[in-house]
Amino acid sequence: MKYILLMSGTKAGVDSYHAWSQKDIEAHMAVLRSITNDLSGSGEFVATQGLAEPAEAKVVRGEKNGMPVTDGIFPESKEFLLGYWIVDVATPERAYAIAGRISAAPDRAGAPTNMPIEVRRFAAYEQSKSQGGNAENAAHSGKPATRKAAPDEIKGEQEK
Amino acid sequence: MTKPWDATSEHLLRELAPQVLGSVARRFRDFSSAEDAVQEAMIAAFTQWPQEGVPENPRGWLIQVASRRMTDRVRSEIARRQRETVVASDVEATAHVDEIESDMDPDDTLILLFMCCHPALTSSSAIALTLRAVGGLTTAEIANAFLVPEATMAQRISRAKQSIKASGVPFRLPSPQERAVRLPTALHVLYLIFNEGYASSIGAHLQRLDLAREAIRLTRDAKALIPEDGEVAGLLALMLLTDARRAARTGPDEELIPLDKQDRTLWDRAEISEGIELLTAALSKRSVGPYQLQAAIAAVHDEAARAQDTDWPQILALYELLKRVSPSPMVTLNHAIAAAMVHGPSKGLELLRTLDTDARLAGHYRLDAVRAHLLEMVGDYEIAIKHYRIAASRTTSIPERNYLMTQAACLAERKLS
Amino acid sequence: MKYILMMNTMRAGRGVPQWPEKDLKAHIAFMIGLNKELRQSGELISAEGLSFPDQAKLVRAGKDGVPITEGVFPESKEFLAGYWIVDVDSPERAYAIAAKVSGAPGPGGAPLNMPIEVRPIMSGPPSEML
Repeated sequence: MKYILLMSGTKAGVDSYHAWSQKDIEAHMAVLRSITNDLSGSGEFVATQGLAEPAEAKVVRGEKNGMPVTDGIFPESKEFLLGYWIVDVATPERAYAIAGRISAAPDRAGAPTNMPIEVRRFAAYEQSKSQGGNAENAAHSGKPATRKAAPDEIKGEQEK
Repeated sequence: MTKPWDATSEHLLRELAPQVLGSVARRFRDFSSAEDAVQEAMIAAFTQWPQEGVPENPRGWLIQVASRRMTDRVRSEIARRQRETVVASDVEATAHVDEIESDMDPDDTLILLFMCCHPALTSSSAIALTLRAVGGLTTAEIANAFLVPEATMAQRISRAKQSIKASGVPFRLPSPQERAVRLPTALHVLYLIFNEGYASSIGAHLQRLDLAREAIRLTRDAKALIPEDGEVAGLLALMLLTDARRAARTGPDEELIPLDKQDRTLWDRAEISEGIELLTAALSKRSVGPYQLQAAIAAVHDEAARAQDTDWPQILALYELLKRVSPSPMVTLNHAIAAAMVHGPSKGLELLRTLDTDARLAGHYRLDAVRAHLLEMVGDYEIAIKHYRIAASRTTSIPERNYLMTQAACLAERKLS
Repeated sequence: MKYILMMNTMRAGRGVPQWPEKDLKAHIAFMIGLNKELRQSGELISAEGLSFPDQAKLVRAGKDGVPITEGVFPESKEFLAGYWIVDVDSPERAYAIAAKVSGAPGPGGAPLNMPIEVRPIMSGPPSEML
């Protein structure tokens, strides 16, 4: 199952981060990089991306006279997306565990930043595989495949 | 004398892959390294044969290239350990290609299938490894099919092989007792591959490898090797009977078309005939398993000229049997629909109630989707609309979300008129 | 130059759009058409949709490596609904594409004029963040 893990922050938060010492920033980045490396090693990595400064963000609302209506002013409280990871994991719990690790990346005092990481399941341009709720999880839980003689994925009667 | 590379060459390469792997793995007694070496040989073939032509003995060619990789690896291992003298293992590693080639066993594909579907592996590992080692697909092709980076898929396959090494699985067929457990697991993996392929055939523009076709091919191979097993035949029949409807499932705007609305002239009659033939033969064997039952249900649908000609009482009876043989929440959901078609929607809704407390379905979109459908049949539009919308918000499939939202909207308009 | 175009929805707890069938179909067709155009022009790198915010979770590092997972969000929180990553020749082109997305038809066929956030993407190696 594919999940996206979103790391966001306010402009003030980002400014304060930039005021950290080079050493503290590097320590923070090193932890994030090691998480990405571990995901590559475990075969769960799909993508990761850093987004540029919130200061360069624009919002576009439709067109006027054939030109995009662009604006660069945002409320102080706005949460900007700073970066994300996309992972392909066996269970939602695994996605939360990875998010927890990201959240624990150190702040300037070396303590966990505890930043909230939003975890969202991807929607896919394909039909559901008609797998029954947690039965799907059991089949992909990292435990040995069930020895049931019976399949636990069956086509729906309606959408065939 | 080489042959030109043509439309059949790719298929030939894929068929040869497990044969080559079997021989090389057996000779060098190292499944994991052999698998890597064969993969490299396959890539070399894909690169060179289109330009230079298909060699006269393609299998021999692949074995030669794979063996060379194996000996290179052994030599660099030796160099790494800094041995100064030529050792016996070095000599053994340069075994003759013809000897290796003659070491082929017709059961190799089956041995590999059982290995790659070993119960110690997770489903996603087993799927990846099976597609590569048995299916002869490249890592890049498999990665593309599952929409993950190639490096990620390579890592999955590598880890799968480590698990196999750790579990000490020998390179031979399972015993008859072992097979009783191992075969269902292997069939399960093949079914998952089919499911993956069939579900993603909606996003046609993505140009992904046709996993459904690959699953059918691998299951055909399995059936040729285990002709007496009813469930293998049943699984193949199920795949064919389901795949037959593929062209009718998606509309011109990529929208999902449910079974009762499909243009049946688009169904593949040849696949349906073959599926029914296989099923008839399979059902004549002693025990009837879940794949055969599911295939039988698919056959009843496929035999109906129009949706209204569907023999629902037959389908209901089959679901009742399936419920006993292989119960699951999905089976209960489908059983409820069949019951509704035979005894009326209230009967279906009654059966759904047993699922309300089933933790496996908690928050799953299909319970709401089926409930909405039955409520629509009863005429309780307002609540049906509510459940269609809840289902739409819960499904992770975009085409299904669109379908469910549109159903709700359609019903909302009917309610007003 | 690469940009991410983000479409938000403030729909936690408010369910899917309840527009008339005709308008839903027009909206879906518009998005399919737009993606097809961007694919043909070679500007589309990816277009992804996310599942509904009702299933969103907020995760924080807990004690002893056990994450704390929460599913309750403030009413006002904006949720990402989907995004496009495009590779274009200029920021103006990115804004023009965003304007098209923004103008997708909604109820009554009128352009929605949804706010589409446009952000440059770091072009460094994937492991670089911020």
